[in-house]
Amino acid sequence: MIAFDFAYFRPNTLKEATEIYKQIALTGKTPVYYGGGTEIISMARTGSVKFDAVIDIKSIPECTTLCVESDRLIIGSAVTLTKIAESGCFPLLGETVSRIADHTIQGKITIGGNIAGTIIYREAALPLMITNSKVKIIRKNRLHDVPFFDVFDGDLHLQKGELIVQFLIDKNYLNLPYCHVKKTKLDKIDYPLLSMAAIKTNNGISAAVSGLGDKPFLLPGKILNETDIPETIRVDKTIAAIQNNIISDLIIASKEYRVFVLKNVLTQMFHNFKGA
Amino acid sequence: MLAFSEKSIVKLNVNGENVTVMINPSYTLLHVLREELGLTGTKPGCENGDCGACTVLVDGWPIKSCLMLAAEAIGHQIVTVEGLKNAPIQKSFVENWGFQCGYCTSGFLMVCHALKNIHPDANDFVIEQWLQSNLCRCTGYGEIKNAVKAVLENRI
Repeated sequence: MIAFDFAYFRPNTLKEATEIYKQIALTGKTPVYYGGGTEIISMARTGSVKFDAVIDIKSIPECTTLCVESDRLIIGSAVTLTKIAESGCFPLLGETVSRIADHTIQGKITIGGNIAGTIIYREAALPLMITNSKVKIIRKNRLHDVPFFDVFDGDLHLQKGELIVQFLIDKNYLNLPYCHVKKTKLDKIDYPLLSMAAIKTNNGISAAVSGLGDKPFLLPGKILNETDIPETIRVDKTIAAIQNNIISDLIIASKEYRVFVLKNVLTQMFHNFKGA
Repeated sequence: MLAFSEKSIVKLNVNGENVTVMINPSYTLLHVLREELGLTGTKPGCENGDCGACTVLVDGWPIKSCLMLAAEAIGHQIVTVEGLKNAPIQKSFVENWGFQCGYCTSGFLMVCHALKNIHPDANDFVIEQWLQSNLCRCTGYGEIKNAVKAVLENRI
């Protein structure tokens, strides 16, 4: 049970959503945009968050679309992880999100919710970080397309009232050779020791990881693509270069163990991309 | 726009019937099913989305009702274990010893029933992927998997 009262709104348009947000905020109350709501409900139940109103965006067509339009894949921020995985529209993203939480919860978690979450992993962001993706956001009552990294540096940075409406991915990235690895400590359903998404383009390998730091981050592409030196050296150089990003205090595994896992995962990634 | 800020009377579609119920926006679907509608087949477990005991179907897909507001269910079709009404998966659980203490059973039944409908040709990987959403502390996973396979292979 959630121990405090709040109002529920389910707008049918973006205009309705932003207007109700503004109206509530003007009265000094706290509205939150609500997608799948799994984290909001969990945290509200334990008293970790409090708000006065939820604005459920799942009836807004722009937020629930999943389609390829001209040269890009458009994923509404309220599209569930299950829908993304089942659609097969972007295999790397589908594989990545189908390892978040468990299968039933994936039918409730939305891509926007995972990326906006407070849990440090935000694995749905990994494929977006390596594909020059953009987001369509509502900012000052207008829709803007901005690079994903303008609002996300591992944490999501939006001003109050701003909302991610869609994620936009260039069609050319959708079917490139890719590699996704998620390692957990014991059970398949668990937070990751390490989750990595990587693709290989004509320009080389791009990879992003989650679980090593206090937020997802890119691995140094320059080192990964130093093709004139052996892969084993590239692995060691990559690990040396990201030392400052790796946090040591994770209860599920020591820093040393997670680095050991990364070393194996990178070796596997180079092997997978051979000939690709 | 659907909007309400205090206890209100709303219509939910549960097990094929439109029911009128008074809910507060902060009520979870689990709470409303059990405490307001008396459908106690849906079990409270962790109430944190981990155990799957409270799983119901929303528009045919399994959902953990502890992580869904009842307000979100307005306009959608909810099926609880009471709505299965002797579905093949229930018979299969009996014939394959798919339960021991039975507390997790209704949640497992809902997941397995949805799996049969959505992926009737599910392979072992898909079956395990779906079943991993639910916990059985009696560890009856092998028997539950047998029950699902019997239904998928039309042996029930």
